Amino acid sequence: MTLMQSAMWCRDLAKTYDGKVEAVRGIDLEIGVGECFGLLGPNGAGKTTTIEMLEGLLAPTRGEIEILGKRWGEDDDAVRQRLGISLQETKLADKLTVEETITLFRSFYDRRRSVQEILELTGLTEKRSSWVVKLSGGQRQRLAIACALVGNPELVFLDEPTTGLDPQSRRHLWDVIRDFRRERKTVLLTTHYMEEAERLCDRVAIVDHGKIIALGSPRELIQRLGGDHVVELEVSDAPRIPIEDLEKLPSVRRSYREGDLLGLAVKEVHLAIPALMAYLGERGSELEHLSTRHASLEDVFVSLTGRHLRDG
Amino acid sequence: MRLEPFYRLLIARIREPLREPEVVFWVFVFPILLAVGLGIAFRNKPQEQISVAIVDGPRAREVAAVLEADPQLVVRISNGEDARSELRLGKVALVVVPREPYEYRFDPTRPEAELAQAHIEGVLQKAAGRKDAFDAVEVEVSEPGARYIDFLIPGLLGMNLMSGGMWGVGFAVVDMRTRKLLKRLVASPMRKSEFIAALLMSRVVFMLVELVALLVFGYFVFDIVVRGSVTAAVLVGLLGALTFGGIGILVASRAQKIETVSGLMNLVMLPMFVFSGIFFSADRFPEMMQPAIQALPLTMLNDALRAIIIEGQTLFSQSREILGLLLWGGVSFVLSIKWFRWT
Repeated sequence: MTLMQSAMWCRDLAKTYDGKVEAVRGIDLEIGVGECFGLLGPNGAGKTTTIEMLEGLLAPTRGEIEILGKRWGEDDDAVRQRLGISLQETKLADKLTVEETITLFRSFYDRRRSVQEILELTGLTEKRSSWVVKLSGGQRQRLAIACALVGNPELVFLDEPTTGLDPQSRRHLWDVIRDFRRERKTVLLTTHYMEEAERLCDRVAIVDHGKIIALGSPRELIQRLGGDHVVELEVSDAPRIPIEDLEKLPSVRRSYREGDLLGLAVKEVHLAIPALMAYLGERGSELEHLSTRHASLEDVFVSLTGRHLRDG
Repeated sequence: MRLEPFYRLLIARIREPLREPEVVFWVFVFPILLAVGLGIAFRNKPQEQISVAIVDGPRAREVAAVLEADPQLVVRISNGEDARSELRLGKVALVVVPREPYEYRFDPTRPEAELAQAHIEGVLQKAAGRKDAFDAVEVEVSEPGARYIDFLIPGLLGMNLMSGGMWGVGFAVVDMRTRKLLKRLVASPMRKSEFIAALLMSRVVFMLVELVALLVFGYFVFDIVVRGSVTAAVLVGLLGALTFGGIGILVASRAQKIETVSGLMNLVMLPMFVFSGIFFSADRFPEMMQPAIQALPLTMLNDALRAIIIEGQTLFSQSREILGLLLWGGVSFVLSIKWFRWT
């Protein structure tokens, strides 16, 4: 990391609301130029509070922030000229058209891109004369991103860019983000969709209860589980099976229990499954369901917290 | 402040309301409908007829003949019971009981009753032989400038500037805050001064349209002419628009919910709707309340607009009102800049 030129960093960043609610409890981050970095965590983990402090919209209770080589309060105008921001759930003016909205935001910036270029990049060319109120959820999100990109920023903050969208709109938005990443822009995004983080981000920080509980590339984090595969099984006497026993099976790196479901992080499926079958046969357990899949960041989160991301 | 962001923000602030049909109705159509309605209701009527009942008796016919000779009187003869109920229901203004001494029965709290009493007394006394001490001629006067509609139009203009400032600035700002649009704007390199200037300037543009619409309508429909200088009227309108724009920003400076700002706006506007002389003169309220009423910004605005539009006074003669408005607008503006929350 130290070799990389830093686009922004923060140290011991914390926010306590009304002197009691600790939303963020000491976060350290460094994001390199050209990197796409994801803050991944369940709702209420402190992602939005963190990103709004980094954006200079919320004063931290403690900690230091440096954005593009500047502290907030030094020369905010100049920093904002180089930032692109899309907030969570901003409702842009209903009765302005897509083109009018982009033109308005464009007027604030010095190094702007043409409206036509931005419409093409975000796939909104056909909707340029539609009122915002007539757009679908996905189109509104793309408009929000268009407003973030129209000033040709070096660093882009996207807070939950795809929350609430249907799978097709979500994929469309990923394409938009991937397209402008080709221009070596630095991106910080928050999400509670692990699939999104895996597809888009070079590195992710998993955030829970206002702290970072894991940091690294999606690949690294999954490998830290000890296996690329997850075997999930339901058996008649699941609550009585000691999960330590399962970890002794060949190629099984970790095991966890989630209600009636048992999960194993496995390195080599073809070694683990026969051994698992033999073990269950010995116990006389009846196998009701078995599935294997590639491990995901979701499994990383579950193995670290015992909860699913969506559970909050 | 940069010119292009200011211009783009201003265009957006003008376009948005014009695309809301209900805003166009309340801002441009409603005041004109109100002027038409009230102009018809309070148009100058020909001299009113007075209805009078005579209680039947030996001299009733003789008295009726005398009163019927007067074109302003409508006379009927009723028995005592009927006359009483006609008086109670307001069908007649007065009942005459023709015996010695003559009796006039009327309810003095009704304005028409006292007029009827004086008029009928005069007619009957004259018929009985009373001589006038001198001759007098009646000349009827109804000039443009002295009618109710002349009084009303500047009041409607003032009312429009007040509600325009509150809705067009106060409501709009809180709406943008609840949508997080204000936060999104400050996250961009937009300068706050550009935003505030565009907000106030949009009020000035709407003020000009409203002022011209009402004055042109008044001229063509009711022959109302601006007696003072049009420039002075526009300048006072401008000051009014900015003052209420400033009060609008103040009201909106912290409110987080539409309900909160609606309540605050009503709290500010209601006293002025009642006391500031929109539909009738503020002088009708008791002496004791006058210092407070005269200190309200809408009272000052209405007084200054009327002085220039109906009385043809100069801008200079209204310096007290102008200073008052500047003070209201300036103090509101300074406080709102201090308290304003973008998030």
